[in-house]
Amino acid sequence: MIHLPRILRMLLPVALGFAVLILWEALVAAYRIPRFVLPAPSAIWQALLDDFPSLMASLWTTLRITLLAFALAVISGVALAVLFSQSRIVEMTLYPYAVILQVTPIVAIAPLIIIWVGFERINLALLILAWIVAFFPILSTTTLGLRSADHNLVDLFRLHGASNWQILTRLRLPSALPYLLNGMKTSGGLALIGTVVAEYGAGSGTATGLAWRIVEAGNRLQIARMFAALFLLAALGVAIFFALALLEYWALHKWHESAVRKEL
Amino acid sequence: MTTIASLRNVERVFTNGVKALGPIDLAVEKGEFLSLLGPSGCGKSTTLRIIAGLLSPSAGTLIWPEGKPRVGFVFQDPTLMPWAIVRDNVRLPLDLAGVPRAEGNARAEAALARVGLTGFSEIFPRALSGGMRMRVSIARAVAAKPQLLLMDEPFAALDEISRDALNEDLLTLWREDELTIVFVTHSVYESTFLSTRIVTMTPRPGRIANEVKLASPPNRTSEWRMSPEFADAARAVSRGLRHATEAAA
Repeated sequence: MIHLPRILRMLLPVALGFAVLILWEALVAAYRIPRFVLPAPSAIWQALLDDFPSLMASLWTTLRITLLAFALAVISGVALAVLFSQSRIVEMTLYPYAVILQVTPIVAIAPLIIIWVGFERINLALLILAWIVAFFPILSTTTLGLRSADHNLVDLFRLHGASNWQILTRLRLPSALPYLLNGMKTSGGLALIGTVVAEYGAGSGTATGLAWRIVEAGNRLQIARMFAALFLLAALGVAIFFALALLEYWALHKWHESAVRKEL
Repeated sequence: MTTIASLRNVERVFTNGVKALGPIDLAVEKGEFLSLLGPSGCGKSTTLRIIAGLLSPSAGTLIWPEGKPRVGFVFQDPTLMPWAIVRDNVRLPLDLAGVPRAEGNARAEAALARVGLTGFSEIFPRALSGGMRMRVSIARAVAAKPQLLLMDEPFAALDEISRDALNEDLLTLWREDELTIVFVTHSVYESTFLSTRIVTMTPRPGRIANEVKLASPPNRTSEWRMSPEFADAARAVSRGLRHATEAAA
């Protein structure tokens, strides 16, 4: 790989983005493309400003459900993985069902969950759906991580009379941390996807997140508004990913090979 | 001489029914530096793990005539916790024994000083060389003041220069702490340099072929390594190993 200064590496994608925006603006103006087909970046920006309060409210709704689902996924995923590590029987009994939950498309489950929970508690339904999607990566990576503890270290702990609890907290959980943090990066993105898909499934009027703003704007052919909501969704996804990548770096950079910057 | 550990008719059978070890009889005498020497698959590591209690014998018994001593174990790999700084790694057996944190830290620092790692206690293992990591591993083993130290080819992965230096330092620890050491190796020269007694083993199944008692000076340094007496001793051990493997083949 060509070695570029740090600042240039960050600037290059930003410069490309601006170039594309300028070209986009110019093409829309030059060919007089109608707003309901492809709005210019300036029109999208205007839509974002015009609808700022309602879009922000929707952003907050989507963000809240995403974060809550993600937090629940981390807590329940780690807890179940710990349970699996302590009992092979529990693992053999439950793991297939976790897999079934994972492989069944969320779009297909959404209507059922929404009917069961009820439209009057739509946020709870969205939370459950987003949790289902976000849960599995945490469970599978943490299960693998807990199992990957150095066997010799396990022997050493036992030799010095460590209890199962000490082996779990002082050896297995730290060994699983890099795996868990990696799973969290996948799971954070999936929590957002799960929330958005669930909002689509919930349909008109009841859900008020960003996905619903997109559906609503699409129905009214307000394409600029659609783009504005889409832009916010993408920004949200990127922010979640970066926050989790930062957390991973912060937790691992001192000791784990994956997070150590190579001196070449 | 008092016996610290005694294996009687010990066998170990793999889960597939193949006999890996034995039957063997072996008495570990208090204060000796005993090496188990032999080719791979001769059951020397299995024997060590049985003594450590990490494996149970399929047949036969392990006896502690003086009661069970405090046991330390050093693996072939340094086997350190990568997320813990050097001092915390060394303190691990003390933590598990319930030693208070402050006392544990002091004992860990003292153990690190003894293996020549003063000033490295705040560093993460990944920043250390292979030889230094092995020193941390040894410091961890001696910090808990073991009466019996079991070592499973601890220096096999090191370069010769680090290995020779560690051999001499290990002998100093053995002398100062009056340790009993059981040391697994496949190196004739290493076992000749370190040991007071060498037991040679042969594979399929692991058996004891012969043993050599060494009348080495208590103070073995690099001088001793270059002496004609050392060469004679190494030749005797080498011959014993050759006979054992030829007889087994």
